[in-house]
Order: sequence, then C-alpha cells, then structure tokens
Amino acid sequence: MPILRLPKIPAAEITDPAVYAQRRRFLQATAAGLAAGALHLPAQAAPAAARGEKLPDVRPSTWRVDEKPTPFETIVSYGNFYEFGPDKDSPAKHAHRLQTRPWSVFVEGEVKKPQRFAIEDILKWAPLEERIYRFRCVEGWSMVVPWVGFPLAELVKRAEPTSQAKFVEFVSLADPAQMPYVRVPVLDWPYTEGLRLDEAMHPLAIIAVGLYGEVLPKPNGAPLRLVLPWKYGFKSAKSIVGVRFLREMPRTAWMKASPAEYGFYSNVNPDVPHRRWSQSHERRLGEFGKRPTLPFNGYAEHVASLYAGMDLRKFY
Amino acid sequence: MLPPALTDRQLAAVKAALFLAALLPAAHLAWDLAFAGLGPNPVEALQRRTGTWTFNFLLLTLAITPLRGITGRHWLIRLRRMLGLYTFFYGTLHFLTFIGFDHAFDVDAIARDVLKRPFATVGFAAWAIMLPLALTSTNAAIRALGGKRWQALHRSVYAVGILAAIHYFWLVKATAILWPILYATLLALLLGWRARERIRRYGPWPSLPKVQEIRFFRK
Repeated sequence: MPILRLPKIPAAEITDPAVYAQRRRFLQATAAGLAAGALHLPAQAAPAAARGEKLPDVRPSTWRVDEKPTPFETIVSYGNFYEFGPDKDSPAKHAHRLQTRPWSVFVEGEVKKPQRFAIEDILKWAPLEERIYRFRCVEGWSMVVPWVGFPLAELVKRAEPTSQAKFVEFVSLADPAQMPYVRVPVLDWPYTEGLRLDEAMHPLAIIAVGLYGEVLPKPNGAPLRLVLPWKYGFKSAKSIVGVRFLREMPRTAWMKASPAEYGFYSNVNPDVPHRRWSQSHERRLGEFGKRPTLPFNGYAEHVASLYAGMDLRKFY
Repeated sequence: MLPPALTDRQLAAVKAALFLAALLPAAHLAWDLAFAGLGPNPVEALQRRTGTWTFNFLLLTLAITPLRGITGRHWLIRLRRMLGLYTFFYGTLHFLTFIGFDHAFDVDAIARDVLKRPFATVGFAAWAIMLPLALTSTNAAIRALGGKRWQALHRSVYAVGILAAIHYFWLVKATAILWPILYATLLALLLGWRARERIRRYGPWPSLPKVQEIRFFRK
C-alpha cells in the first residue's frame, strides 16, 4: 500500500504551459501599458521578439543593396500592423497572438479554377533567396531589410490567371480572435492591397517568408507577405490569406480610408508630397539626420519602365 | 487641500520644488538619450516627448487662473510665470529637434517646410507667438509695457493653445486621434471657463445701467 496517495489530476485539467505563459505575457503587457499610459510616454522598448527558426537552404541573391541592414531587433519592434494596434510598437506587443499554422491562401477571380494553397506547399514552390531591399514607409522613415522569399511571379504562375485578369488583389487575415484591432473600424477590414498584373510579375516583387535567414517574425506579417521595394511600405500587405485576379482596378483599404492621401500605385516618389508632409527626405531608423528619398526608392532603373508615359503626379 | 495663503518662505519653497519638478521630463529625456536609448526611431521619440511636454506645461499654465478663481488661492498666480517659461523651454526644445534633426539647420529647407506644410506652419506660429511672451516675462517688462498692455499681449497665449491643438490633430493618423481629442478637450475647458467668467462679469452684450426700483414708504 502506498504511504502517500498522490491526487490523480486528469491531463485535461493541467494548464498548458502555453496558456499560462500567455497569461503572464498579458499581465506584463497590461502592467507596462498602464505604467506607460499613466506617464503618457511612448511605451518603452517593446520586448524583442524571440529569434525564429532558421530557414533551410537560403541562397544569396544578386538583389542586394550595398547599405548596412537595419538590426533585427529594430525591424521586429517598429512598424505598422494596424490589426494589432495603432502604434509602432503594437505589432511587437500583440502579434504573438497570431496563429501561423494551419495557414492557406485562396486564389479566386479571373483564374482557370479557384483553389487553395497550403503554406507547406507554398514554401516548396521555389528556392528561397535572401534579398536585401530598402524599405520606405509613407510616413517618412526607412530601413534596409534582408528578406527571405521567392518571386511573386511564382504565385501568379500557379494561379493560372485568365487573359481577362489585369489586376491582382491581396487580402490579409482579419480575425478578431487573434487581431484585437480589426474590431476598430479605422480601415475597412480585411486589409487589402493591389497591383497591376505586370507589376506583380516584376522580378523585384516577392513573397517574403523570412527575415535574417529565419522564419518571418509575426510582427512583420508571418507567415507570408508581399514585399515591393519600390513602393511605400503599406503596399506590401502582411499575413496574406487570399489573392484575387480582377479585370478592374481594386480599391485598396487605404484608398477607401483616405483617397486623397493614398493612391493605387503609391510608388516611392520624392517629388510628390503626401497631403500633409513632404516625401523628399526620409529618416533611416536609428539615424538622427535625414537622407534624400530616391525615385522609386532607388529602383528606378528596374521599374520606371512599368510607368512609362504615365503622369506620376496624377497616378500617385 | 491648498493652504489659503503662503508666507514668503513657503512660496519660495514651493517655487523651488516646482522648478526642479518641471525639469524632470527634460532630465528623463536626457537620461534616455544618453543611456537607455530612445527606441528604434530616437528622433521621433524626442519630437513626441518634447511636444507632449510643451502641451502639458501649456495646459498647466492655463489652469492656474481657473484654479485660482475656483479655490480662491491667490498665491497660485505667482507660479504661473514659471510654468509659462517652462512651456516655452519645452517648446523651444521641440522646435530645435525640428530645425536640427529634420533640416540640419538649413534655413531654406526650414522656411520651405514652414510655408508649405500646414502642420509645420501652425507649430512654428505657436512657437513664434510664445517668443515675445517669454521675452516680456520680467517684472521690468511688465512695468515698461504697463499692466493693461502687458495683459493684452499675454492673452495671445490662448492662440498658442488653439494652434497647438490643431498642430497635434494634423500630426496624428486617424487611428490615434484620442490623444489630440483629450488635449483639445482640456484646452476647451480651460478657455471655456474664462469665457464664462467674462460673460458672468461683463455680460455677453454691453450692459445697461440697472434701473433702480422705486420704493415708496408704506403709508
């Protein structure tokens, strides 16, 4: 007979470590938020996202700018991802709630047949390359990011668009259970973005699935996002769940929210100011001064021909 | 809570404490700049924090008169000049981050930005209006101008408040509009109290002399 009878706890009643870790994070975040709110200071440096899993077989690519990449910690802790909140540090604080598996991407509209691709298959479509791109936010800050991904053209090819397809619309996840701010009607959720089909086929346009050789961090739009280095950052939609091929130009989330400020093309252009501020200069994150902004963010020789004959002041 | 009157010694102590307390935000900022770091975009952090503290001190300055009127603690008025000068101090730091970090002190670039960007225009105007107020804050200046004219000049601080509120609204995105709304509401309360006092004292229209009621003795 046992001397000590231990209580039998059914496995189902034992709290999953993930759950109490989440609760702790929530309490810490709440306490930090209250403290910061009481002082009305910008919240202190967000907890750096844990380094992710290394992506296998990432090849270097010839698409790399000869500028110092922005540190990993900066890239994951500063950005706009309104589904998680309005502040630059909101994604770093809240994106841990994003569930990136299971994940699939639907394809519909002007295609041979609508279908759904699983993330596991998407990751095997093409060899992963590291592309070191400039990234210019419409707000006037910029960084240099070593993305890992593959050409967006690989997706377009597999979607088999019909000859009627002229535009592509990208749809981001909008799940209120994971993304607290999609309950707030600041944008017409889900977040959508769009490209002309020839822009989508351009070799500079990529689907990014990684950063610094690792699985794409959640604050940066895991598990897959667009990266369009010659356009303002908001064009590079995050956490994509759907792609629609269309005959007509779609109205994107930002075009609906503020048509005078955000156009369909939104190519980086130092000569066309935002309604409220100049776009002639930008501040590289971590630097104190400003540097001149380059036409098409420095990619003019590769992409300017896409817009030949267009009045870029009109098609901003 | 507030004592009805202060001795000179007590007032000097309150002023010294306020002087040091008002330096804390600047000290905190300097500490973060030197040791703790200001996050991924330090200039933005500097601009936000100096801007926020300018507005905080402006509201505190504008709160003195209503607070004095409501509580009857007249010694509060003797703290107003220091708070006003601190508003100018933080406003000047804020302005320096703009001309220094954004434009590397390039006068042409500053002038272009101020003329072309409405939000820079109102920010600059607010600072420019504060400048003569700071310069005429001494007792000698008050004597030289005469109380009435000095007061008329210093009422332009209300315009500074309104410009600051507009500057804040234009700066933020629609998603972060709550803070500017809060600041504008506090400003409206402080200015509204003054408007109400004026109406209470002088009436909204030129008031006619009151007609005396004629009373006859009871026969």
